[in-house]
Amino acid sequence: MSTSRATRKSTMPQWLKVALQIGLVGGVVVVIIALEGMIQAFNTRDIIGSVVAMSQALLLIVFLGTAYIAIIRSKLTDFRRLLVVAVVVGLVSSALLVALILLGQVLDLGNVFINATPALYDLLTFKLGLAAGSIVLLVVGGVSGAAAAIIHALPTRWRRSVIWGLVAVFAFGLLRDLIVTTFGGLTFLTGLLFLPNGLSVPGAITLFVIFVALDYFWSQRGAQIRSGIGARKPVRSSLLIGGIIVLLLLPQILGLYFSEVLDNVGLYLLMGLGLNIVVGFAGLLDLGYVAFFAIGAYTVGVLTSPDFGHASILTSWWFALPFGVIAAFLAGTILGIPVLKMRGDYLAIVTLGFGEIIRLLALSDFLKPFIGGAQGVNDILKPTIGPIQISNPPEFYYLILAGCLLVAFVAIRVKDSRLGRAWMAMREDEDVAQAMGINLVTTKLMAFALGASFGGLSGAIFGSKLTSIYPQSFNFFVSINVLSLIIIGGMGSIPGVVVGAIALVGLPEMLREFSDYRYLFYGLALVVMMLTRPEGLVPAATVKRELHEEEPQPETLGEAATAMPK
Amino acid sequence: MTALEVHNVHTYYGHIHALKGISITVDEGEIVTLIGGNGAGKSTTLKTISGLLRPREGYVKLYGEDLIDYAAHEIVSKGVVQVPEGRQVFARLTVHENLEMGAFSRPAGAGIRADIEKVFTLFPRLKERQKQVAGTLSGGEQQMLAMGRALMAKPKILLLDEPSMGLAPVLVDSIFDTIKQLHKEGTTILLVEQNARMALQVANRGYVIQTGEVILSDTADRLRENQTVQKAYLGVS
Repeated sequence: MSTSRATRKSTMPQWLKVALQIGLVGGVVVVIIALEGMIQAFNTRDIIGSVVAMSQALLLIVFLGTAYIAIIRSKLTDFRRLLVVAVVVGLVSSALLVALILLGQVLDLGNVFINATPALYDLLTFKLGLAAGSIVLLVVGGVSGAAAAIIHALPTRWRRSVIWGLVAVFAFGLLRDLIVTTFGGLTFLTGLLFLPNGLSVPGAITLFVIFVALDYFWSQRGAQIRSGIGARKPVRSSLLIGGIIVLLLLPQILGLYFSEVLDNVGLYLLMGLGLNIVVGFAGLLDLGYVAFFAIGAYTVGVLTSPDFGHASILTSWWFALPFGVIAAFLAGTILGIPVLKMRGDYLAIVTLGFGEIIRLLALSDFLKPFIGGAQGVNDILKPTIGPIQISNPPEFYYLILAGCLLVAFVAIRVKDSRLGRAWMAMREDEDVAQAMGINLVTTKLMAFALGASFGGLSGAIFGSKLTSIYPQSFNFFVSINVLSLIIIGGMGSIPGVVVGAIALVGLPEMLREFSDYRYLFYGLALVVMMLTRPEGLVPAATVKRELHEEEPQPETLGEAATAMPK
Repeated sequence: MTALEVHNVHTYYGHIHALKGISITVDEGEIVTLIGGNGAGKSTTLKTISGLLRPREGYVKLYGEDLIDYAAHEIVSKGVVQVPEGRQVFARLTVHENLEMGAFSRPAGAGIRADIEKVFTLFPRLKERQKQVAGTLSGGEQQMLAMGRALMAKPKILLLDEPSMGLAPVLVDSIFDTIKQLHKEGTTILLVEQNARMALQVANRGYVIQTGEVILSDTADRLRENQTVQKAYLGVS
């Protein structure tokens, strides 16, 4: 036994083993993608019109990605052998998919996997029939592998540019609707680049070339330009003013649907900034943050709705708003008191329970006469400014933007304040913080209360925007979304929260096909982030320092390795 | 003048009677050491002084003012500053930020920069590394940082909890040199140590505690000559 295994080991070189292993992993991934129904769901959106659908792009990304991983894992330097590794990976991955198709002809997989239908096999074989389609699929896999090997063999600088070019083409194709709406006035340009469905072929090529050139240029001159911008104050302030003007014009340019998306991003951004204080600044893991969102929404709702047998208690949303924020602030304090002595997991579990309690209270019959039970609160007043009523998404956008700017300003100021310092010390080490003379009780309670009040503000706007609120709107997933966007953006980093909100709330709403797979992508994004970039997309300074202290420069090492004589 | 007076203190962990009537005094400008084996109650005594634990009986007074009514963070701003056991620095913050954090209990701006410079003259190594993240310092440097950070709080009395723990002998010497230096500059120090030999070399007086009680108290010189101490703590047979 042992001898035969040893001989087998010696006949199969290490690189081939790596290629087969990773190829199999890639194959499993594409099979799961197919069986999950993503192929059919994403087939309706084209990246490059009538040529590459998003489903196909997804497969290509997996093939390319796995081949690339195999190339790096194999630690080979010889290009021909690398090419073999990459092609093997691509072939094995696609072979698994072909195996699925063939299996589907013999067995009725649809009994177990509802998405395994003839339509799926049709799509996977490019509607070319079984034999021809399978061969084409295998060829696509192999060619993708080869492409990965070629990209890898490029000089470092070009490699990065080419990857950027590919990413840009994918992003432009994916966000076609947004881009066409934004630059609707420039029809000659959008007409050149885009078809009604996705990019046009010349458009894709043009974009690819432009972005490769741009990145190449940036890598040559970028540092110079950046230092030029940094050094000159007028340039910076004009950038800032330009940014503000763009922010103010966005709903006018983007129209109703994208304004709605922006509103949602903004509401999550408000919550993200609040939870970031609790989790990011003070290091207290709160899994029940939705409670404060609900309390803000319900307070404003109950105070301004005529639902409860009498006229609205308050006649203006603006009068109710402070009550909503203060109620959330108090709720934060009340939650804070029992958990003062808790840390880590225990804190997370208690806050989780708190979130559920609030939702169940809102749902309960006991409180129905006061807050509406399952029927929720209806006819919540909308904010008015003078004679103007804020009612449609673009109008709410300005209200939410104002809220975000205010809250971001408070968050930035408080971060560098004495309180912010105390949070930082407490996050790093509670015992030492106490030895420094920090009052843990007030410091913790302030984190919970301030964080909660931002959530309350978000809820207050949310309720009046929808005019009706129901307990189901305030489920556990809201807390998870907010926490995820902080983690993805970078804990404790305010720009990170903005990026996280756009990436996790904005993108999925723009790509409606994603909606069924939203949590799948969240999970995937979190796993990938934790493995490759645990500090988040835009990390805070302290976190970045910890995770990237005195790292060797992989790029220069790579160049040195390739430059070595054989 | 008596800086710190611990009088007949009884402290409990739940039902466990950890301190059974400890009395200690530290005079201004003095180094007093508490020695004793594991579990004798040394750290519990420090925690009681700094307000992290509450005695059921007895009192702790700083220059005649009873500390019992104050919360732990208020006791720090009164001037009782502890260097925690095990070199606990804020690992992700830089040396400079750690020192700034030490001044947390003081009003902002009041000579903090000058005090950081003072710490740097006491520990030149910290000045070299002021931009470095504290977690990447060596053990000895972290101990220096923890002491420097405590000095930033302008202590009336400095509580040192096992500063030599886990350090190489060379570093232990340099830490104790620093303690002597601080003493020369007039800092009042209560030093808790397992390394009785070193502690009794720098201290003026010492207390030996065992199972929550003071069993001996004398000048450091005489404790060094004491047979019980020699047998139990100095390893002289």
